[in-house]
Amino acid sequence: MFEIFGIPSGALFGQLLIGLINGSFYALLSLGLAVIFGMLNIINFAHGAQYMMGAFAAFFVLHYFGLNYWFALVIAPFAVGAFGVVIERLFLQWLYKLDHLYGLLLTFGLALIIEGLFRNYFGSSGLPYQVPEALRGGQNLGFMFLPNYRAWVVVASLTVCLATWFVIERTKLGAYLRAATENPALVRAFGINVPRMITLTYGFGVALAALAGVMAAPIYSVSPQMGAHLIIVVFAVVVIGGMGSILGAIVTGFGLGVIEGLTKVFFPEASNTVIFIIMAIVLLIRPAGLFGRRA
Amino acid sequence: MTDVALTASVRSGQSRSEVIAFVAMVAVLIVAPMFIYPLFLMKALCFALFACAFNLLLGYVGLLSFGHALYFGWASYVSAYAAKVWGFNPEFAILAGAATAAVLGLVAGSLAIRRQGIYFAMITLALAQMMYFFAVQAPFTGGEDGIQAVPRGHLFGIVNLADPINMYITVLTIFLAGFLLIYRIINSPFGEVLKAIRENEARAISLGYKTDRYKLAAFVLSATFAGVAGATKAIVFQLASLTDVDWPMSGEVVLMALVGGLGTVFGPVAGAFVIISMQNYLAQAGQWVTVIQGVVFVACVLLFRRGIIGELANLLRIKL
Repeated sequence: MFEIFGIPSGALFGQLLIGLINGSFYALLSLGLAVIFGMLNIINFAHGAQYMMGAFAAFFVLHYFGLNYWFALVIAPFAVGAFGVVIERLFLQWLYKLDHLYGLLLTFGLALIIEGLFRNYFGSSGLPYQVPEALRGGQNLGFMFLPNYRAWVVVASLTVCLATWFVIERTKLGAYLRAATENPALVRAFGINVPRMITLTYGFGVALAALAGVMAAPIYSVSPQMGAHLIIVVFAVVVIGGMGSILGAIVTGFGLGVIEGLTKVFFPEASNTVIFIIMAIVLLIRPAGLFGRRA
Repeated sequence: MTDVALTASVRSGQSRSEVIAFVAMVAVLIVAPMFIYPLFLMKALCFALFACAFNLLLGYVGLLSFGHALYFGWASYVSAYAAKVWGFNPEFAILAGAATAAVLGLVAGSLAIRRQGIYFAMITLALAQMMYFFAVQAPFTGGEDGIQAVPRGHLFGIVNLADPINMYITVLTIFLAGFLLIYRIINSPFGEVLKAIRENEARAISLGYKTDRYKLAAFVLSATFAGVAGATKAIVFQLASLTDVDWPMSGEVVLMALVGGLGTVFGPVAGAFVIISMQNYLAQAGQWVTVIQGVVFVACVLLFRRGIIGELANLLRIKL
């Protein structure tokens, strides 16, 4: 053990790791928000609720079907994503011609309904979810102890983020998506089913949130309000990064997670607010966001 | 913003229907405490003023602030603290709260207007959440307990507000003054520019208006009125707590304005009374209140974008 700025290295790197973990969730969630906003022009306020649903889905899958974490990692995003598709068909599709604000208000209402229902049935206290067996324990790196599960979360979410970036920026499907974001009418004229693409995009964004929820389940306990405060922080992350760039969302998410972790070490009183303060500074210096284009 | 729901008030100037509705509203509010529990009415009036302040921004400038709890809640803390610890008279306590809200509105507003549309909403929400965390940590707010047992005191040192009728008349006066001032603002030349910004900001800019200044002025005004409402509520209930600064409160005021009718003069008042009564009657339903509020939100956005008063005005072909 050694010290950096008078702080034991274990504590410093431990907080750095927690920062990276939080950053993984910020990145996954802001990525989902950005993808949805790009196609639907809707800010999905229910994103936090859908993240929570992902964690609950993992819990259900384990307790009612006896399927472990690895199954949950596949089933939960599909189930919650399918729920997202239903939401889009039932509600969101009627709003595309209206002002963006109505989408925000509608999804806010949905978030209230979902979170209220879960609180009714499961109470406010969290439900425990075990770390999967294969990922228990950890490595002693000499300067810190690295729990396997946490390392897995960082690597997995980074992989998912980069895969999403690859699909959107480098494949034909992604090219259709980007084209439909720019000019849906023209893409439709080429014979591509844009409404279905919009529906599936929403489902995909929601599935990303659910995936984040499954990964979060063993770290934080599974509770109905786990997404409510997180989503506001993610909004700040989105404002800082701007929603124009996929890579920007990923970098901002991880970066802010790390900064938040470091703040916990050096100035714990500000750890809750540091991201909002950074947002204010970014707005003063670069109003369009770090990676945003001026609209 | 060119949506039907928000263009209900395109015709400007005072109309007869508005005068009649105003007289009716005042008459009802004067008689009401004989039939309805005054404390409930005072709560509804505070929220009605809060919703009117919010509507000034969303209904007339087209700016959705998702963080209005910030001004409402912090004003209530400051006025409660001023009345309890510094021994201010209630009128000065409320003024102190309103001034705090104005300053906060100036700071938050000048940051938020740097981005448009959806980002504006997210920024206001994030800033409000930041100040919520300050309220949780700051020593003078009393954390989870809030500031309790705030004395109502004597208005101007004379009128004893511990008497419910005196308190009610005071709250009613504050509400009506705020309501009329907001009405005046909406129908002033300044208000016409605000509506122009709502309809087409680019055009307003090309006509030579510095829209950012107008937006900021409207934001500060809205925050100040929200502050008056919050400060008054703290004096009435002798309590300032975290509930009033947390984000569900910001959502509630949006709901009130939406239910009543965005961009209508009387809509927010009706919306506030509807939502507060709903909360009152459903109080024993616990968490279901949140679910029902969510359902109302969804229903309003999908089917009912004009709101109660907006639909009524549309049906009767009058301006309300």
